[in-house]
Formats: sequence, C-alpha cells, structure tokens
Amino acid sequence: MSKIKMPVEKSHIMMFARSIGDANPKYYEEKDEEVVAPPTFIQSSAQFDPEYFLRPKIGGDNWFGSGKDATGMKSSGSGSGGGGAAMGLHAEQHYEYHQPLKVGDVISATVKPGKSWEKESKRAGKLKFSESVTEYRNQDGELIITATSVGVVTEKPVEN
Amino acid sequence: MLKKNEIKVGDIYSEKIVEDLKRTQIVQYAGASGDYNPLHSDDKFTKEIAGYPGVFAHGMLSMGMTGKMLTNFVGDGTLKKYGVRFTNQVWPGDSLESTATIIDIKEENGETLAEIAIETKNQDGATVITGSATAKVS
Repeated sequence: MSKIKMPVEKSHIMMFARSIGDANPKYYEEKDEEVVAPPTFIQSSAQFDPEYFLRPKIGGDNWFGSGKDATGMKSSGSGSGGGGAAMGLHAEQHYEYHQPLKVGDVISATVKPGKSWEKESKRAGKLKFSESVTEYRNQDGELIITATSVGVVTEKPVEN
Repeated sequence: MLKKNEIKVGDIYSEKIVEDLKRTQIVQYAGASGDYNPLHSDDKFTKEIAGYPGVFAHGMLSMGMTGKMLTNFVGDGTLKKYGVRFTNQVWPGDSLESTATIIDIKEENGETLAEIAIETKNQDGATVITGSATAKVS
C-alpha cells in the first residue's frame, strides 16, 4: 500500500499542461467541474508520495544528483550507488481509464509488483525488466485508473 | 469526441508535438510531475556518473506530449486505454511528430470504440514511442 494521497487541483493540472505544451483552454480557463485531467496527469501523484525516491528530501543529504561533486551519494563501495539508481529507465507505460480523473478528487494508490524478465540487447547489454501495477482510487473507493509501468535496468548506458 | 459516421479504419491524424525541445521544458516537466531524476536536468551527473552524452527527456514527457496529440484527436475524457513503449531516448533539440491511425472501430458493451495505433518520431525519422489507445466514439 502506497502512502499517496493526491488532491487533484486545478493549478497542478495547469502546470502539468504547460509542461507538456498542451494549449487546451480547459486546462487554463474553464470551470473546475468541466476539466478532465490530461491522460498522463496521474503520473504526477509522485508529488504526493512522501517516500518517492526521485525527489530530494528536506534535510536529506544523500541525493544522488550533483552538487560539488558529480553525485551527492555519500556511500562508497561498489560505485554503483547513484549510477545504479540512474541506470533505471522507463520502458513502457500503460493506463486503463475507468472513470474520468477530475478536479476535487482525492486519489489514493495501491501498488502491486508485476512480472519481471530479462533480455539481451545490442545497445545496452543485459536488460532487467520489472513491472508494477498501480490502482488509483478516488475518495469513495472507486477505481479511476489502473497504471502498469515497466522499468528497465540496463547493464550499460544505451548506445545512441 | 469522434463521431462514428465521420471516421473510418485507416484515418490518420498527426501533429507536431514539440519543435526544438528545450532543456527548460524538461525542467518544467520535472517540476510539474515531481520526477526529479537528475538524468533529466543535471548534465554533470548524467555525463560523469550515468555515462550519457547529456540530459534527456523523461519518457513520460514524450508520452505526455503524445497524449496531447491524442486528446486533440479523440476529445477530452473519451480514452479507455492509452499505452506506450519508449523505443528511443528524446534529447534537447529534438522535434517530434506524433501520429494516430484508426485501426479498428467496434461495438463493445453498448459502446462504440475506436482502436488507435500511435507512433511518435523524431526529426531523423527514428521512432521514439510506439503505442495504442482505445477511445469512446459517439
């Protein structure tokens, strides 16, 4: 069970729409009740996950991005620390929409691990895929969106 | 919303979803989505630690921009499904064009649905996203 509790807010939808370059006036002007969130907006529920690992934590000193050094990871050893985390890439994302996601909804999430598998790739070495399935429900417990995410950890950076 | 009597299998809709992608837009997406992975905003980390030539876009930014093409085509709140595979990275400076093709129109549980194939390509013709969607049709 994830600790996500996401109030769906108009201003957040506006900022999200700006970031994907979506000029649909409904995201900027019209009344709240007319807005259905953009199809990938639910991904920003990460903002409401207190433990989300891709956000620096207040007071935390182990963020893996650069500061004075190229990575802020203080742990030494295998050397895979920050790099290991960063080698994770997004391979697939699928959404099933059961009901429209609307302003005023308060969304909670249940995450279940899915399948995992491996594959060899010419461009990135051994690929380890893993799937997770997240059910997003509203304040009345109604299923709004089911999301299936596939992540991949590559053996080496993908050649381009 | 698409209208049943105005569409047919094989219909194509396409849109330029970004021209010369700016690093700043990638930062905007990080801020709005909450995904602050340094791979998308931190050149030093991305080059020296991750081993890539520089920052690149979130897959979800490409999926979000492709989704904008999709909702412009099928209308708001009509999607039943939308899924993609990320087949190539998207870099600052890329220009992307996204295409939706109606591959089937069917009746299911009293609803008319359009099955749509999706592809987003960069300026070199490389596919960065392949996917599919199902949308309600009136």
